[in-house]
Amino acid sequence: MDLHAKTLTELAAGLDSGDYLSVELTQALLDRIAAHDEKLNAMITVTGDEALAAAAKADADRAAGNAGTLCGLPLIHKDIFCTRGVRTSCGSKMLDNFVSPYDATVVERLAAAGAVMLGKANMDEFAMGSSNETSYYGPVRNPWDLDRSPGGSSGGSAASVAARFTPAATATDTGGSIRQPAALTNTIGIKPTYGRVSRYGMVAFASSLDQAGVITRTAEDAARLLGVMAGFDERDSTCLDEPVPDYAADLGNSIKGLKIGVVRQHFDEGLDADCGARVREAIAALESLGATAVEVDMPNIDLSVPTYYVVAPAECSSNLSRFDGVRFGHRAKDTGDLFDLYCRSRGEGFGDEVKRRIMTGTYVLSAGYYDAYYLKAQQVRHLIADDFKRAFEDVDVIAGPTSPTAAFKLGAKVDDPITMYLNDIYTIGANLGGFPAMSIPCGFVGGLPVGLHLVGHHFDESALLRCAHAYQQETDWHTRCPEGFA
Amino acid sequence: MTWEVVIGLEVHAQLATRSKIFSGASTAYGAEPNTQACLVDLGYPGVLPVLNEEVVHMAAMFGLAVNATVAPRSVFARKNYFYPDLPKGYQISQYELPIVEHGELFIEDGEGNEKRIGITRAHLEEDAGKSIHEGLDRSSGIDLNRAGTPLLEIVSEPDLRSAAEAVAYMRKIHTIVRYLGISDGNMQEGSFRCDANVSVRPQGQQQFGTRTEIKNLNSFRFVERAINFEIERQIDLIEDGGAVVQETRLYDSARDETRSMRSKEEANDYRYFPDPDLLPVEISHEYIEAVREQLPELPDAKRHRFIDDYGLKADDALQLTMSRPVADYFEAAVGATGAKPQLVANWVVGDLSGALNKDGLDIGESRITARDLAGLVTRIHDHTISGKIAKQVFEAMWSGEGTADEIIEAQGLRQITDSSAIEVVVDKVIAANPGQVAEYKAGKDKLIGFFVGQVMKETKGQANPGQVNRILKDKLSG
Repeated sequence: MDLHAKTLTELAAGLDSGDYLSVELTQALLDRIAAHDEKLNAMITVTGDEALAAAAKADADRAAGNAGTLCGLPLIHKDIFCTRGVRTSCGSKMLDNFVSPYDATVVERLAAAGAVMLGKANMDEFAMGSSNETSYYGPVRNPWDLDRSPGGSSGGSAASVAARFTPAATATDTGGSIRQPAALTNTIGIKPTYGRVSRYGMVAFASSLDQAGVITRTAEDAARLLGVMAGFDERDSTCLDEPVPDYAADLGNSIKGLKIGVVRQHFDEGLDADCGARVREAIAALESLGATAVEVDMPNIDLSVPTYYVVAPAECSSNLSRFDGVRFGHRAKDTGDLFDLYCRSRGEGFGDEVKRRIMTGTYVLSAGYYDAYYLKAQQVRHLIADDFKRAFEDVDVIAGPTSPTAAFKLGAKVDDPITMYLNDIYTIGANLGGFPAMSIPCGFVGGLPVGLHLVGHHFDESALLRCAHAYQQETDWHTRCPEGFA
Repeated sequence: MTWEVVIGLEVHAQLATRSKIFSGASTAYGAEPNTQACLVDLGYPGVLPVLNEEVVHMAAMFGLAVNATVAPRSVFARKNYFYPDLPKGYQISQYELPIVEHGELFIEDGEGNEKRIGITRAHLEEDAGKSIHEGLDRSSGIDLNRAGTPLLEIVSEPDLRSAAEAVAYMRKIHTIVRYLGISDGNMQEGSFRCDANVSVRPQGQQQFGTRTEIKNLNSFRFVERAINFEIERQIDLIEDGGAVVQETRLYDSARDETRSMRSKEEANDYRYFPDPDLLPVEISHEYIEAVREQLPELPDAKRHRFIDDYGLKADDALQLTMSRPVADYFEAAVGATGAKPQLVANWVVGDLSGALNKDGLDIGESRITARDLAGLVTRIHDHTISGKIAKQVFEAMWSGEGTADEIIEAQGLRQITDSSAIEVVVDKVIAANPGQVAEYKAGKDKLIGFFVGQVMKETKGQANPGQVNRILKDKLSG
């Protein structure tokens, strides 16, 4: 079996038993990226030399008996995570020239455990988008159909895992940016509880919603990585000072007796009927494993998208103010006065979607509109979170579709922001309430993958991972590989 | 028409923490530009603020010191605007929920009566950096050393009615923050400055006049002069049929005038909203009580105690309690001598203050320690030396010649209290001045002063004046 087809867990075993070296594994994956990424455009930066050096060090560490938990295992970082000495573009012309002087906490922890970074994955500009078409570096193509979008914003992370460039990639999720691409590429994507993973070194989009997670092919791999990434970081005040469960050890526990809530509102006319059928089948499969499903009502969940598109742009308009052409990033040439420097640097550095959100956010925070928009949205946000909390009084996880449709064609929605925004209709609620959520491969429609969406109660990533793992033991959807990438 | 002046002050006190409010970078003043700015201060992509707990403690101390409510829950907000010395494009401040509210302090008004000045709020915020325009040939430089320095912005009610009251209020705040040790109050370095909101209205009118805000006043003198200029300007404007425009003004100390900076229309919409990177600051009742326990004695309480316990004159008590180190010095000296506290106070407020001022020194840098000053005062108290000789000894002590006792010994300045020794001199003076003796005996009592003077001259001022007087009177009446 080729190394690229193996999961992280399988590779760990192979490295441990000396079947191959990390250097060999790393070289094999770098070769694969070099051979196939022209088709996908999943990568913004490939760090071959650094990767091989890190792999060699991992091999030496392992030989010396100092193997960390991820020693010599490859992964790709979404280009939103700051990586010392390596360009961190965030998919934007604004940061095309930005080489970070420091590592994000996520990057630091994974590297400290011995992981080898192969490169930085493409993404929607500043994580704003659901199709990866807003990237300054061009859209990522879905390995399942090169004319289609892999979703976004973590499109590069998802496509690279689906195409077997890497067994795992980091990603971030502000409104569905891990889960929707995972659903559209037949991968696992988990967004932990808000505050579970440090945001330090993650270029901020909407601080109260942003959360780092991973995209893998198995729940087992996700658990393994999350265990390393999660946990308190004194550099992020919103990071939870809570013990991190042993996700990997929890995986094997049965889901017998687990109560699944199925959100009535999520099976409406907006959902593609075939996708809905796959999701129903997946829920039935979980029931056959001993879980019970009940319908739950979330009366305010339909307000998620409009609420999100007030809160997220508001925070983004402020977070992106630091990109002013003064200290780092793009600076327009031959500028006149200070105002000109600002306007042209930002005008040239940001793409349309980012500008649209900055303008929306500036508007909703303006004097006279704050109460009507921002404050109101924050109130509704509480109502939505309360819907979840009420549901979690009766159920352990909430299940539904990740995305209303399977992967859509590139260009199909890019000129229609509202339709694009509705892609995240099922995922946004978890961000607004800070709940952990996950997408799991659950079948195909017309040859395109469909994702089952699970939301757990605060801090209970374990329930999600356990469900996903149990499901993956019984199904083989996740082992299916897109044609041409076997 | 009689005009009433209405003033409110916003005082910015830099908090004396070692590191910045949201980062670990040093706050030390005077470093090379941009050497004390870490990635957080520079607003790099991905960095996050983490609150320095010390600033919460300091703000709570201030709140308790001005009898305010220390909020159990306060929230940091972002104040959004673009400026090159504001790296993130927003300043982290507090807006709707400040840490301190509803305080007060007392000043003396023009008639010498105690007057209450309300403190609306005090909130925590980060300072911005500094733009540098000099010596850079048509470009501007940015120094972000100051970016992220913690500030406590203290906002008064519009209770002040004259420039003099504004200065008295600002001095009081200055004294309090230094007493608490939460700010060094150094105005040259910008650690203590204020904005003044000034308006005028016809005496008796309830409604406020249109106000202007004078920004960044960094000395007590400038506060007084800027406000007085602004009062005059507004009154002249209105009396000439004009109207005051709500605007921000700058005080130009070289020309002693205020100038328009920007009008209300040009004012920024700061788009305040709660900073999602920071959690609300929650302070428990126990925390507040613990801070209260640790509060030092405050200036007003100390002043009253000095009057009540030490019997000091009110003026001296005020002088001595303006600064905590001075008060501490005074108390240390009092504790080291059996002399009356008022005598010690005279020396601290008088000769010592004079000497410090002359050499431009703080009390902490005094060339005479409290213990040594007490030694000097003790020698006056026990009649070893006279007050006049004491001044000579003080000068010698200031010059570093030793303690009072060492100098008295070395220079033989000990007062002559041996009656037989004084009698010898008195006899000599009487013998040498038969004419004056005759006049005195004929009833010219005032001549006693002449005889005392002669004796003191003979003894180089060292004879005990009281004894000389008594012995002279005895001998001359004999």
